Amino acid sequence: MSEERADGHDASTEIPEIPTPASSIEEAPSPNEWKDEDICLTVSDLCLHYGDNEALTDISMRVVRRRVTALIGPSGCGKSTLLRCFNRMNDLIDDVRITGEIELNGMEIHSTSVDIAQLRRRVGMVFQRPNPFPKSIYENVAYGLRLQGGLPKSEIDDRVEWALKNAALWGEVSDRLNESALDMSGGQQQRLVIARAIAVQPDVLLLDEPASALDPISTLKIEELIHQLKQDYTILIVTHNMQQAARVSDYTGFLYLGKLVEYDTTNIIFTNPSEKRTEDYITGRYG
Amino acid sequence: MATSDAVSQDLSLQRQSLAAWWRSGDPWIWLTSAAVAASVAAVLGLIGLLAVNGLAHFWPSEVRAIEYERFGTKTKIFGEVSERESISRRQFMEANPSFDKRVPATVERWLIKTGNRQANPPDFRWLFEHDVITSSVPADVVVIERTEWGDAFGLLVGIKHEGESIEAEDLWGEFQVRIDRTATIRNEIHELQEGSINGINYELESIRLEKRRRQLDDNHEFSDLEAEEEALRADYAVIENQVFELTRQLERDSASFSLADGRINDIPISAIIQAWMPNGMSVWQKLGLYFKNLWNFLSDDPREANTEGGIYPALFGTVLMVLLMSALVTPFGVVAALYLREYAKQGPFVQLIRIAVNNLAGVPSIVYGVFGLGFFVYAIGGSIDDLFFPEAKPAPTFGTPGLIWASLTLALLTVPVVIVSTEEGLTRIPRAVREGSLALGATKAETIFKVVLPMASPSILTGMILAVARAAGEVAPLMLVGVVKLAPTLPIDGNFPYLHLERKFMHLGFHIYDVGFQSPNVDAARPLVFATALLLVLIIIVLNLTAITLRNRLEARFRVSIN
Ligand SMILES: Nc1ncnc2c1ncn2[C@@H]1O[C@H](COP(=O)(O)OP(=O)(O)OP(=O)(O)O)[C@@H](O)[C@H]1O
Ligand SMILES: [Mg+2]
Repeated sequence: MSEERADGHDASTEIPEIPTPASSIEEAPSPNEWKDEDICLTVSDLCLHYGDNEALTDISMRVVRRRVTALIGPSGCGKSTLLRCFNRMNDLIDDVRITGEIELNGMEIHSTSVDIAQLRRRVGMVFQRPNPFPKSIYENVAYGLRLQGGLPKSEIDDRVEWALKNAALWGEVSDRLNESALDMSGGQQQRLVIARAIAVQPDVLLLDEPASALDPISTLKIEELIHQLKQDYTILIVTHNMQQAARVSDYTGFLYLGKLVEYDTTNIIFTNPSEKRTEDYITGRYG
Repeated sequence: MATSDAVSQDLSLQRQSLAAWWRSGDPWIWLTSAAVAASVAAVLGLIGLLAVNGLAHFWPSEVRAIEYERFGTKTKIFGEVSERESISRRQFMEANPSFDKRVPATVERWLIKTGNRQANPPDFRWLFEHDVITSSVPADVVVIERTEWGDAFGLLVGIKHEGESIEAEDLWGEFQVRIDRTATIRNEIHELQEGSINGINYELESIRLEKRRRQLDDNHEFSDLEAEEEALRADYAVIENQVFELTRQLERDSASFSLADGRINDIPISAIIQAWMPNGMSVWQKLGLYFKNLWNFLSDDPREANTEGGIYPALFGTVLMVLLMSALVTPFGVVAALYLREYAKQGPFVQLIRIAVNNLAGVPSIVYGVFGLGFFVYAIGGSIDDLFFPEAKPAPTFGTPGLIWASLTLALLTVPVVIVSTEEGLTRIPRAVREGSLALGATKAETIFKVVLPMASPSILTGMILAVARAAGEVAPLMLVGVVKLAPTLPIDGNFPYLHLERKFMHLGFHIYDVGFQSPNVDAARPLVFATALLLVLIIIVLNLTAITLRNRLEARFRVSIN
């Protein structure tokens, strides 16, 4: 089941026409112009230790609602770790110590009154590697919906279809929804887990290198998908691909050795970074 | 010099090539394949041996008429040659010091099954070949399978109806007709006894217990019960009369047979299950009879202290016990494994528990039997009796060995296996899949039930397969907690609540032990030991194959992501 077998075939014909959203035309405002009501996530003084090993140091940043924020940086710098903080995925790992605060729409997510399951429902995540369940395609997408309980079958059907269409997968799988998700190609699986994440309609979508294992055409599909999704969702994306970051994101943060070195509009980061390390990384001098 | 150099060079070359052969790994391939071949041969040999020894018993083998002379007396017998062997002169002379003729280096001896245990005992005897004067295969020797006293051999000479000889053109045909008729009557009696009479007895017993219960509650109002009891007793009398009448009909006919020495032996037809003339049968007829015998072996109750008849109750008991055991052990083992792997904080203490659980599998099974008797039967069963069945005392209901306790004891014996393999399955599930579920807002419990357990189900089934394989072969602990030589009733019948967990039951493993070691007639019982052992092995194989098929299906369905 390698990715080469790809869904590359007649892919282009199946990409739905995406109307260019208004927000991407209008220039993303620079951080000092942000209004409080535009802020979705606020991170302050976040430190994270795996045992004695400090993976994140004093991260402070704000994430704007209905924008795409990219996190870039060399391998092992803590991008995934930071992303996993937003839906408290790191809680599952033994020996993790987190200090500092993360607020989602003004609510401190580490406070004891927060229902973690509810938090994760509102902050969806797509992992670095596709991880479909060994169930049918339909059941994979319906999984999160069924967890909510009480949804009538027709409603679930509609939402599954909606999610698969938005993930640009409907055309390929509409006639084999009951086949195992494990029989799909890597690229299809990646879009399936995206469909699975958006089916529950979260507020925030965390994408950890969603296109790292995909061929160019699948990558393109996913990028167009991100474009479309940002009308409704706040999206955080980790990527190693500079062009991709430049193409899809409004804001970009550069992480290095667990520190947020620079964070600004994508335009500034890629054309006029204020930090030397950022420039070196973007121009490929290390990483 | 030059030549010896060349030789030594050659030698070193050879040694090198031997070393190279060794290094190449070829010997390893041979070794491994030889090990596999040996295992396969052992298994096939085992099954083959059981099959040959056990299944031959059901074949209608030829019956010989033999005349032999020992110590000056001549004897004529009918018999099947069930074994031939050669013994050495020395062995022969030690056994027969007074033998005065010249003895060849080896002596051939035959084990003859002569049947007619009552009229002409013993029914198995060794004959030396040199004692035999004549040996022939008369076409019309009849083998009679009886309800008591084993098989009989003889020539059919007449049929009597209420003591009067009857004339018949076709004596054999008439004989068969009468056997069939008695069989029908016997079935009717059996049905009355198993159905109506058992049912009435059961209800009478319930009434007795209800009375006792009221007595214990200081309620002495029995009139309703007594009326019911009266009605039941009236029914009973009617049925008893029917049975009596049928039994009388049954006993009307008898058949006369002449033994090899000319004596006449009368056998009531009611005592005959079937009769055949093996020497006159074609191969097809023999095959038909063979499968009929095989079927009877599987479907009949045992007779004659288990040395004759079928093994149906033991077969039933074994399968039921194993199924019950699986139903008990699987949930228990899975829940325990879930706690150990998913909830407990991994540390030295959990590790210690894990080691303890693994070692439980190594405790000798009889120890579990003793524990089961002390804890399940006496402690738990006794308490259940005190609480729920005080009216039946002093007779115990659950406080005595029974099906449920045997199943529980075996469940305890096999639970480590299920725990270990379930844990193994749980550890194999990729973290990414669990995280995928949690990230969608599932709680840990939801993740376990919707994703983890289905994916671990093949391992759970593997555990169950191992548990079944172990449990089906256990005998020792069962003897303490519920298995008996002869159970009067099956644990499932038509009386409420249909499945009687407190009843004692029969088991193939114990049956083998009982028939093989406790039976008064070793020679007659031996083929049954083999046949029963074969059946036990086959049952274990079938149970396992079923579980394995199921597991493979699940494995295909829940195989771990390929990317
Ligand atoms: N479960 C863990 N336990 C201990 N250390 C961890 C764990 N996960 C990550 N780390 C450490 O934290 C640091 C950051 O890891 P992280 O996975 O966030 O890097 P990343 O930026 O996502 O890298 P990549 O681009 O290769 O995915 C690394 O040094 C890594 O070794
Ligand atoms: Mg990463």
